[in-house]
Amino acid sequence: MDTRLEVNKTYKLYVGGRFSRSESGRSYAVSGPTGGFLANAARASRKDLRDAVVAARKVAGSWAGLSAYNRGQVLYRVAEMMEARRDELIDEVSAAEGGEGASQQVEEAVDCWVYYAGWTDKISQVTGALNPVAGPYFNLTAPEPIGIIGIVAPETGSLLGLVERLAPALCGGNAVVLACSQAHPHPAIALAECLHTSDVPAGVVNLLTGFKDELVPVLASHGDVDALDVSGVAPDTAADVEAAAASNVKRIVRPGPRLGPYEVTAFMEMKTVWHPKGA
Amino acid sequence: MTASTNDVEVVHRIGGSVDEVGAEARAAMLASRSLKAEAKLWGLDLAVRCCDLTTLEGADSPASVRQLASKAMRPAPLDHSIPHVAALCIYPRLVPAAVEALKGSAVAVASVATAFPSGQSALELRVAEIERAHAEGASEIDSVISRGALLAGDDTGVYEEVVAAKKACGDAHLKVILETGELGSYDRVRRASLIAMAAGADFIKTSTGKIAPAATLPVALVMAEAIRDFADFSGRRVGLKVAGGIRSAKDALRYLVLVHETLGTEWLTPERFRIGASSLLNDLLMQMDKQRSKTYSDSDRYTVA
Amino acid sequence: MTSPVWDYAPAPESSDVVSLRDTYGLYIGGRFVEPASGSYFKTINPATEEVLAAVPEASTEDVDAGVVAAQEGLERWTSAGAPARGKYLFRIARIMQERSRELAVLETMNGGKPIRESRDVDIPLAAAHFFYYAGWADKLEYAFAARRVEPVGVCAQIIPWNFPLLMLAWKIAPALAAGNTVVLKPAETTPLTALLFAEICEQAALPAGVVNIVTGGPETGTALVAHPRVDKVAFTGSTEVGKGIQRALAGTGTRLTLELGGKAANIVFEDASLDQAIEGVVNGIFFNQGHVCCAGSRLLVQEPVAERLLSKLKRRLETLRLGDPLDKNTDIGAINSRAQLERIQNLVGIGVEEGAELYQVDCELPARGFWFPPTVFTGVSQSHRIAREEIFGPVLSVMSFRTESEAVARANNTPYGLSAGVWTEKGSRILWMADRLRAGVVWANTFNRFDPASPFGGYKESGFGREGGRHGLEPYVRLS
Repeated sequence: MDTRLEVNKTYKLYVGGRFSRSESGRSYAVSGPTGGFLANAARASRKDLRDAVVAARKVAGSWAGLSAYNRGQVLYRVAEMMEARRDELIDEVSAAEGGEGASQQVEEAVDCWVYYAGWTDKISQVTGALNPVAGPYFNLTAPEPIGIIGIVAPETGSLLGLVERLAPALCGGNAVVLACSQAHPHPAIALAECLHTSDVPAGVVNLLTGFKDELVPVLASHGDVDALDVSGVAPDTAADVEAAAASNVKRIVRPGPRLGPYEVTAFMEMKTVWHPKGA
Repeated sequence: MTASTNDVEVVHRIGGSVDEVGAEARAAMLASRSLKAEAKLWGLDLAVRCCDLTTLEGADSPASVRQLASKAMRPAPLDHSIPHVAALCIYPRLVPAAVEALKGSAVAVASVATAFPSGQSALELRVAEIERAHAEGASEIDSVISRGALLAGDDTGVYEEVVAAKKACGDAHLKVILETGELGSYDRVRRASLIAMAAGADFIKTSTGKIAPAATLPVALVMAEAIRDFADFSGRRVGLKVAGGIRSAKDALRYLVLVHETLGTEWLTPERFRIGASSLLNDLLMQMDKQRSKTYSDSDRYTVA
Repeated sequence: MTSPVWDYAPAPESSDVVSLRDTYGLYIGGRFVEPASGSYFKTINPATEEVLAAVPEASTEDVDAGVVAAQEGLERWTSAGAPARGKYLFRIARIMQERSRELAVLETMNGGKPIRESRDVDIPLAAAHFFYYAGWADKLEYAFAARRVEPVGVCAQIIPWNFPLLMLAWKIAPALAAGNTVVLKPAETTPLTALLFAEICEQAALPAGVVNIVTGGPETGTALVAHPRVDKVAFTGSTEVGKGIQRALAGTGTRLTLELGGKAANIVFEDASLDQAIEGVVNGIFFNQGHVCCAGSRLLVQEPVAERLLSKLKRRLETLRLGDPLDKNTDIGAINSRAQLERIQNLVGIGVEEGAELYQVDCELPARGFWFPPTVFTGVSQSHRIAREEIFGPVLSVMSFRTESEAVARANNTPYGLSAGVWTEKGSRILWMADRLRAGVVWANTFNRFDPASPFGGYKESGFGREGGRHGLEPYVRLS
């Protein structure tokens, strides 16, 4: 029988806008929903994580400095790219977590990008303020990006769960280093391929697959990571992870109600500027 | 640092600007100083010594000027511990009467001049007015600047007027009135101060008293800061005169504190600080009595001029 | 002719207005109670070292009683309803205004700050804070778009000694407005105005358990933070202690806000209004003896005006009056405690050893009490410890810069990010700088201004969360 043999994809890390294997050369086997072998995934090392933070820091300033309108277009472009690869993404999610709900997960993920694409240039208006102080001063408060966000993606909802944390962080103008679902890492890498072909600058999103107990402590204690989203931190490790995050007073971000401006401002700092009013 | 100061360019070389809110906050802070006991008494005595007792009314006559001159020499006729004021400030026509009345005393005759208060007459007439007042015995001339020229940006024009006024003064002291109430901003107050000083003013003075607002603490602060910067630049110490609306001893003390903390003790003398006022003097006397006797007095104990 | 030096005679504010008890209790459940621990510590006047009163050292048991009372208070506070909660806060604001002189004098006696500041800044702002948040109590649904707003629950609040009553107001007013109850621990060295505030709560007939005050030292604070029935912790103090609290709460899900240290840059450009900039620099570092987390402790001055600014600054410093904090003319009061004085002395010693040039105002320090003269270091480099560590005293480190980018780079080169100052007359430069300074508060052509409507809080290791304004409600609400 001469049925064609499929060409399998090698799933790599996405760091600094490049798809690369772990510098350690390690990988791990990932199972599908029925327990059989699905594919290998790169097992990122501490050094890969460090490189990801360096890549994020390098681009954080220019990404944060982009106009809100421009950033909104970039986020919308991600939705366009995902929509175009909708079938592929559904296949990835199905392969990882089973077919039930896969297409809904993909569609909601696409819509999540559209939702936050529309927030970029409204977040300051809705959550900022012109403050009526008791004196002759102009006084304004507006949100600014925090800088570099470490996101520990949820284990389930391999695509949507991740996107619901990543999109608001990007909407707020941050660069991200993300530890993907350890059990279901492949949809995240498929997402990375969408990001790569959209207009997200290299280094703004860095996706690491691997073992969370190796990656998360390093992410939590890294001095150049400014905030940590603990959505996918296992409860039994939360105390250690959050304690490590205290080393540089990282903001600990926990998911709130799905979709909303406060999911964005959780990844932002409020800056207040004063100036006298005089002739 | 010393440098040539006879040049309007000096104004731009010293330069600087004023933040309104910051200047007002600083003035308010200085106004909150609390003077007690001997410090207050010393301040009240100084305020009397720095007083330019002033009358600038259409109704002024030689007789009324003689009355005021007597008050200037002996503010409290029965109390010889009270010093005389610095000067009697009057209109030019009354200079001879004032000179006559103050003969033999240390009270100076100060005449306003240069088409006071508006300054709106030809330069040669204004100069002639100074020369006449000086010739008739005024040893201090309070002249006004052309605010219109300053507002129009004609710094050189204002500078040259003051140079002409200074020349006309001869050996008399020139006080240049900026009329800050018409200048509209502290930046312009600073610029006018620097122009007047660069052109040779011996004193810079806030106001004519005919325009509101007249002297205010922030205006005096801005002028004092300009005086200090000019002194740093040129080495020449110019005096400050505040005038208009200063009626209470409390106000006078606030100006003294301001001068003390901005310019230092070197300026706490009638040679470098003056207060132009009329009704202020009696309040100073009343407060001195209160400070000494610890009881409150009544106004009929003090002479009306 | 030169006049003699004009020494202002002493103008002391009378302390008669304050009547102190010998011994205070803990304020728990609407009553002053004796501590279960039975132990007390003495609180002093740092300007004279005289003992003012004895206050309880709350034990774990006492802290527990406070938290339980606050939990019971929640029920009463909830059932009072939002409009009444607002009215109670208005009442408190009014009583604080009525008793402002008493509060100001006591604040100065217990903390060492000049009466001019406690009278003109601390107490009016504290009252204004209550007045501001009172108005939010029945308007919370307008504060957060499309969200249901509920209180968090019992709030444990730990405040520092630099602005005792003002920090109390920053903590208690938004917490109560949002429907929470509180257990507040004032700083060990400055407990008295918090206890007077408890009396104010009584006068306002605030329901029992809504505000609880427990006094004590670090162990009391530790017990309060660690209490399992606390829903939210708010801390203002050092970065070191803040990190400890963040670690202690790791994994508990207890909400946390931190307002920590700072090492703010005050940046003066050559075109600044120099005299006002000088005032800003002086106010930035010598306000409250430099015991200010957002103090402008690093002066960055552009090279062309560096010399001129420094000479103006030194001249201005000569007019600062150091001495009796109760004197209405005092600008620089007492250092808050012996421990803090030693820390300042130590760091200043290090500055000298590191080769920075020391300038100190030649003023006489009172024989008793804790004092440190206004101090300026020039020739400071970015790597000196005095340029990096928070001194929390009247010590300014001066550095120069040439370009805007260099100023930004130097200003941001610190783990802290609480505040920054910019002085220039060029509008676009202000906005350019404000965008780039990594600090929660940027003062342009002013410094150390505070207002209840204006959010305050840090970036980076200066903490997280905002106090003041609508944003100051966020730490105290649960959104769903």
